[in-house]
Amino acid sequence: MGEFKVHRVRFFDYMPAAIRAMAFNRRTERLALARADGALEIFNFADNYFQEKVIPGQDGRAVEALCWVGRRLFSAGLNGEITEYDLENLRPRYTVEAYGGPIWTISAVAYSLSGCVPCQVGCEDGTVKMFEVLEDRIQFQRNLDRQKGRIISLCWHPSASLIAAGMMDMIRIFDVETGRATHRLLVERGVGASKSKEVVVWSIAFLSDHTIISGDSAGKVQIWDGLTGTLARTHLVTKWDVLALSVSQDESSLVAGTSEGTVVQFQFLSSTLDGQNKDWVRTRTFKNHSHDVRALVHTETAVVSGGMDTQLVVRPLLDKVEKNTQESAMRKMAFPHRSLVCCAKKAGLLLFQFPDHLELWRLGESDGHGNPGDSLPVKRKPEKLIQLKRKGEDHICCSALSPCGGWLAYSTVTSFRLYRLQNNTISITKVSKLPKDLRSAHQLCFSTDSSRLFASSINSSVVVVALNQPECKYLHTLKPKSGSREPVHLLFASEDGKWLATANTACEVQVYNLDKIKLHCTVPVYGSCPTAIAIHPTSSNLVVVHADQQIFEYSLVQKEYTEWSRRLQKQGLHSLWLERDTPITHVTFNPKHPAHIILHDMFMFCVIDQSLPLPEAKTRLFNQMILRSLPEPMRILHRHAFKMCKTFQNLMCVRLLEDHSLVVVERPLLDIMSQLPAPVRQKRFAT
Amino acid sequence: MVEHGDIRVVHRGGSKINSREPVVTNDSRFLLCASGERVKVFSTSTEECVHDLRGHTDLVTGVLLRPTNHLQVYSCSVDGTVRLWDFTDGILIKTYDIGYPVYAIYASANHEGVFFIVTPTQSDNRSELFQLVAVHLPQSGDQLVEAQELSAVLSNVSSNPAATGFGRGGEYIASAKGLHLEVYFFKKQKSYRFSLKEDNKKGGKNTLMCIACHPKDDCIATGHEDGKIRLWRNFNHKKEYTYTTLHWHHNAVSSLRFTPEGTNLLSGGLESVLVQWRYNQESERDFLPRLGSAITHIAVSPDGTLFCTSHSDNKITIIQSCVKVSAVIQGLVNGESVRTDLMVDPRSKSLVLNGKPGHLQFYSLQRDKLLYNLDIVQQEYIHELGLQQFEVVKVAFDAPGNWMATVEERKPKAAEPEINLKLWAFDEQTQSFVLNTTVSAPHEAQITSMCFSQAADGQTSMLVSASEDGHFKAWQLPRSACTEDEGPSWSCDFVGDYRGLAPQCCCFSADGSLLAVSFQEVVTVWSPASWELLTTLSQPPKAIRDLCFGRLGCSKYLMGTTASNLLCCWNLLTCSLEWSTSMDVSLLLSDPLTENMAAFCCQAESTDLFVFKPSEPRPVASLKAVCSGKVTRAVFAPREEMLESCEESSQWLNRSQLYFLTQHMDLMTFTTKAEEDRLAASSKQLFIDDSVAMTPFYLLLGKHRKQENQDSLTRLSAELMPLPRGSLAIKELLQSPAHVLPSTSVLCSMFVESLLVSVADGSEESKHAEEEMESEKEEEDSEGEMESRTPRPEPASPGLQSAESAAPALTKAQLKELRRVKKLDHGWLADLLLS
Repeated sequence: MGEFKVHRVRFFDYMPAAIRAMAFNRRTERLALARADGALEIFNFADNYFQEKVIPGQDGRAVEALCWVGRRLFSAGLNGEITEYDLENLRPRYTVEAYGGPIWTISAVAYSLSGCVPCQVGCEDGTVKMFEVLEDRIQFQRNLDRQKGRIISLCWHPSASLIAAGMMDMIRIFDVETGRATHRLLVERGVGASKSKEVVVWSIAFLSDHTIISGDSAGKVQIWDGLTGTLARTHLVTKWDVLALSVSQDESSLVAGTSEGTVVQFQFLSSTLDGQNKDWVRTRTFKNHSHDVRALVHTETAVVSGGMDTQLVVRPLLDKVEKNTQESAMRKMAFPHRSLVCCAKKAGLLLFQFPDHLELWRLGESDGHGNPGDSLPVKRKPEKLIQLKRKGEDHICCSALSPCGGWLAYSTVTSFRLYRLQNNTISITKVSKLPKDLRSAHQLCFSTDSSRLFASSINSSVVVVALNQPECKYLHTLKPKSGSREPVHLLFASEDGKWLATANTACEVQVYNLDKIKLHCTVPVYGSCPTAIAIHPTSSNLVVVHADQQIFEYSLVQKEYTEWSRRLQKQGLHSLWLERDTPITHVTFNPKHPAHIILHDMFMFCVIDQSLPLPEAKTRLFNQMILRSLPEPMRILHRHAFKMCKTFQNLMCVRLLEDHSLVVVERPLLDIMSQLPAPVRQKRFAT
Repeated sequence: MVEHGDIRVVHRGGSKINSREPVVTNDSRFLLCASGERVKVFSTSTEECVHDLRGHTDLVTGVLLRPTNHLQVYSCSVDGTVRLWDFTDGILIKTYDIGYPVYAIYASANHEGVFFIVTPTQSDNRSELFQLVAVHLPQSGDQLVEAQELSAVLSNVSSNPAATGFGRGGEYIASAKGLHLEVYFFKKQKSYRFSLKEDNKKGGKNTLMCIACHPKDDCIATGHEDGKIRLWRNFNHKKEYTYTTLHWHHNAVSSLRFTPEGTNLLSGGLESVLVQWRYNQESERDFLPRLGSAITHIAVSPDGTLFCTSHSDNKITIIQSCVKVSAVIQGLVNGESVRTDLMVDPRSKSLVLNGKPGHLQFYSLQRDKLLYNLDIVQQEYIHELGLQQFEVVKVAFDAPGNWMATVEERKPKAAEPEINLKLWAFDEQTQSFVLNTTVSAPHEAQITSMCFSQAADGQTSMLVSASEDGHFKAWQLPRSACTEDEGPSWSCDFVGDYRGLAPQCCCFSADGSLLAVSFQEVVTVWSPASWELLTTLSQPPKAIRDLCFGRLGCSKYLMGTTASNLLCCWNLLTCSLEWSTSMDVSLLLSDPLTENMAAFCCQAESTDLFVFKPSEPRPVASLKAVCSGKVTRAVFAPREEMLESCEESSQWLNRSQLYFLTQHMDLMTFTTKAEEDRLAASSKQLFIDDSVAMTPFYLLLGKHRKQENQDSLTRLSAELMPLPRGSLAIKELLQSPAHVLPSTSVLCSMFVESLLVSVADGSEESKHAEEEMESEKEEEDSEGEMESRTPRPEPASPGLQSAESAAPALTKAQLKELRRVKKLDHGWLADLLLS
């Protein structure tokens, strides 16, 4: 495996924002997730829950609700605006003012027969506003009867003729045709001290059999008959609030998220095994969160929940999935599936990306020598050189540091900035004259000699800029032949400066020849999205790792998969490797051992030795500790190419520096937990 | 059990009533529970045992109301039979011979002619595997029926009866074992099996403990080791089953029961709290706390009005509608260990041993009832694990039962033990023991033995205590030393030792003239009158374990057992060893009423009993393999009436009964054939009256009351006529508050007058007298008005009514008014009218 001097970095204070809202598109199996800082994330549930796209947030944009209309994504927030997003260019497309004060909720008809889809929002001033979704915009249609008190939650009846609205202390049912309220359901307040407080109907669901289910701030999940407007059953779920509800598509199961961090499942069961008399019965309770569960989605096979504790949890329902498969494992997604750390290999600098600033750190130094596993004395402490605050309202979406440490670039949705760094004097100067084509970028990458900057731009194109001393010059734009419009999310420039590999969210991997400035080849499209790409410095083999944990090696010279890659595909990867639940976020090579590929995900880093035999899919995968303890002949028998190291946990980044030392950036989840606000007080037994 | 000729070892008295779930009859009047080899029928209102159903020859393992006839009950037993009883009359109707030990019985109204039993899979009893078997009842009129038609339903079930249950309408049967729940559907003949993981990440233990099926819905409740309750639904799917988890108990749930309507779920466990969950509103629950000790079973009466909980301290609590404990049926408290020996209280002839923590229990063996608990330690018991608390370790009674001595001990870790010696005097008035003297730290180390002088002449008794500190002390009550307000109290009279050795046992001779104290291998004989060391007897090489003087004709012999498996008999007249024999005696005791002595010998994992007379080294009776394990506690309890057995081998049981505790803390005794026959005969005499629960108390009183009723009827008619005013006067006297009555001198004459028989000259006079009295009273009333007096209840005096029977009932005030009007001079009115 080789020995490394490791810089164990724990000063990256990455703090994810709380999850505010989620919406699941059943047709495309995409989950849209909104965070408290206004950022949007799109997860592809069909592709191993990979975080496909990230739309950076904006100051003052607080997304309160999300909704899908076909493939279009809308959000509404407390700033009183409805926003549609451009998912190809990862930016808001347009914003419409609703003129009703803060918007609490947005809801669209799931199926529509006509071309125009009504979409409506519930506002602070008590109006339900209907909008028509047109081809390229949305248009205000009309107001339903104005009510006193704010509208907190909305739900369409599947027939699209009725709407249930959760308000303060009550639920109203509106007839869409007339715009009049047909029923008014009064929600009981809590007992005791909360008697005087208004009860907030945080969430509401309207089922096709005219059952209305509400979750409120008194901790109740109530089931109403929407035809008669009567209360059928009350389930007291928690002492605190029920914040979110979600119903499965077949309307046989319901989940409710509470302030205690629990998710409570209800099932529509008949009381007798053969009987028809069905009733909503509280069944399971999941406790995967420490804080409020603000957003919930009930998919076919799992409950997806997110909340104040910033983690996205996918809890499979074991009665819907096969046991002991990859699908039945619970997933907690705490870190983004892309790197927020950039490392200048030659200069020993680290660039940390935060939504509103960048931090540049110089790594510490040590000259000690010790046994493997020892911690060395630090001669020079790591120091923070620069904290660069972004300009404007938009949050930073990508950043890069050149390998020599002389250039720094970052981009927001609307602007792009490039800085020149003087390392010895620690000065930073902005490069003022930038080419026009460089207005914003999804991903940035410097060439190894720091003479070129590659920025992925609209329509999967890559802009190449030459960096010269005083200014920079636009060279050309590289475009794929496929004409894909999906954004490029991975860029890699080879060490020798000859190749540039790009990967976009349409799973296409293109390789450009930078000498000839043209597309060299397109790697055969694989069904899963690439999560990391790299080109071997000497053999010019492209290594692509996909979201479903598959590894491919593609020879750029022969334009075909290498022998090793074919062997790997033929033999199959070990199940332990396939069952990991975080994607590989970075691939690099060890110049000392050309056969070594170094990869890492959140829980481990791995050195793949291409010279060793691949592990059999059925056999036990020995880790290095056990292998070392085995006697010599056994060790030779059992050794395999995958050498995993789990010493370091919660990895944000693993990089190999020029001096052959390893930088490991850790962000312990406990540190994130400790920065969260205090959860609701709960009496615990024996305390 | 083992049989020896006609002597059997049986459970009789003090057996466990909490081993199985009790059954409440349909009318909620009776409670049936398995108790040893019998089924006891208790009255739910009076807590009394009405009668027992006798017939099984081994432990009863289940009681079940017959679903088709609510006046009949099935009971099953390890003896391999299921018996059907009429419990109101206590008649055995039928006996089904199964042939295998039965550990539990189930039946459902929808399975006619079938009941389900749990038996070992292999025919040998040692097997750990059990199966659920359906027994088809043969149609036969005979009393003894052999049930042949067995068909297995489920294999590998738990022998715990709480782990199996019938579902709604008997459509399925659910059984829990270990981590698995199995549901068998009778119609489809298919079973579903659900498994849980052994323990989850949060440290919960998922082992299933008990099960309950909802009577109306298809819902199975299971209780788990970590205190969780799961409600299973949709269990006719392999995969899409689902469950709700309820969690309140912090320790294993030992019992679960749905109420008959299915509206509530009851659960209980170690917390000794009965929890009532609302079905489908599980966040609402009611608690009935402080039930005394851990709940082992819960039963609900068929109409849902009564709940019964069995507790680990051999107690059944009857609870009315989950709010009120209405009755407590307490059996013999069987703690983990009996530190005191088994004792017999000479007065009440009851068995005395450790009961509740810090208490002594007095248990009447004849009536099989706990008489009372006596608080010895008189400190609050703190329920906490590992806390060292005071325990009663020794108890002794003097011969007439006037004095009781107790020793309590607390042994903190790494500290001197705290010892208190308490002497209790019997109080005739309260019929209980009253604390007389407390001696704190009577010895410096643990007290090993304590005994009263057996002096029969009614002299002041003497107590001797021996301790590990090397001394034995004699305590005496001064005859009439102190005449202060406190009575005499005990004080130390003599401290003796012998070569610095620690005394082990002490024993008084039958007449109290000799005291034998053993020091290691030496027995010293002292004269308590002069405290003189008379002689020493020794039998090396090992220490003496037990010492015992012979009784009656054999009082010249001293018996001793040594640790080197020797039983010795010394003749105190010659001071020499009379005889000795080699046997490993674990316990030696003498019968106070006969010359007999009993020795329990432990041999090869089982205990033999030898009964012998000290005069000859030949056993009177010997029983092999009385029970497994070592017997360390036993007692001879005198019989109420002598048994006339002529057989030589069982004669020793004529005057007293021998009770002993097995290592599993079961109280066993020996019975003879003659005794059993007599018991069987007496039980037939009982009959039951429908109106009142039949208790011995009722038998005694009921007849009496009936007579009384008749008597009183006739008497009433006789007494109706006389003394109308007399009774009135008496009533006035008795009912008026004392402070408003005139002085006695005033009343006396009137009272005496009222008692005189009135001359039958007519009611006029009497009326007159009455009027007078009334007016007097009025005056007195008006006086009394000054002090605001409480309104007197209006007595509907029969005298008055009989006097003015014609008039409609007038209130007293009206009557008074009337009389006043009558008394007024109406002459002026006449004048007016005339003029």
